[in-house]
Amino acid sequence: MSNAIHLHYEVSGEDFTRAGEASGAVKKRLKSLGYDPDAIRRVAIAMYEAEINMVIHADGGYCDVDIYPDRVEILLADHGPGIPDVEKAMQEGYSTAPDNVRSLGFGAGMGLPNIKKYSDDMRIETTIGVGTNLYLTVKVNT
Amino acid sequence: MIVKDIIDILEGEIICEGDLTQEIKTACGSDMMSDVLAFVKDQSVLLTGLVNPQVVRTAEMMDMACIVFVRGKIPDESIIRLAEQRGITLIKTRFRMFTACGLLYMNGLSGGTKV
Repeated sequence: MSNAIHLHYEVSGEDFTRAGEASGAVKKRLKSLGYDPDAIRRVAIAMYEAEINMVIHADGGYCDVDIYPDRVEILLADHGPGIPDVEKAMQEGYSTAPDNVRSLGFGAGMGLPNIKKYSDDMRIETTIGVGTNLYLTVKVNT
Repeated sequence: MIVKDIIDILEGEIICEGDLTQEIKTACGSDMMSDVLAFVKDQSVLLTGLVNPQVVRTAEMMDMACIVFVRGKIPDESIIRLAEQRGITLIKTRFRMFTACGLLYMNGLSGGTKV
């Protein structure tokens, strides 16, 4: 595990316009490391959707990213309200986002489905009133 | 088709200039960014009526070279700066979404997916 590159980002819950900064930074780093463009895009999109979710639903949180030669592992953790029904949240089109979020271009109920689609492994640990940990792994062709 | 062709077809105006010779193979028209993020296409242009920084971030994650703002919408300075830093071309067109998409489609640009 010593050959992993570890990155940490705080995600502010107050400024929607800054959501995506962490994902953009990770994308840039992976690009500079010469990773496969398709894998980089999958990491960036999955992480971006998760970052947006964090800002919309959970008032921010943090991301830990571990970059290995063959995969990228991401933890997105928040102290938000938790997800009451994960199965429902995974359905395309299901959203609990408020209307003002929809006017910003999100809340279409595609966030978690998109994250699942672009990651090779996705695990959600969520507790009502405590928060949510989202673990993602994206494999990289070497 | 290259970015420059899109400007000509849509009688567009450049708001932020990236690489105008970059090839564009597909297009996507939507105001919902999660719908845009649902289908990765190669070398795509995004047409949208939504004007906020997340439009540029979405294009960034998708490796899109160009964003077209329809109905003559003009992004603010913070959005333009974000696009500048990422080398993404911003264009505005007076055409509405349906017409702008139709014009590009007529000129050979496809949605990049079968459905």
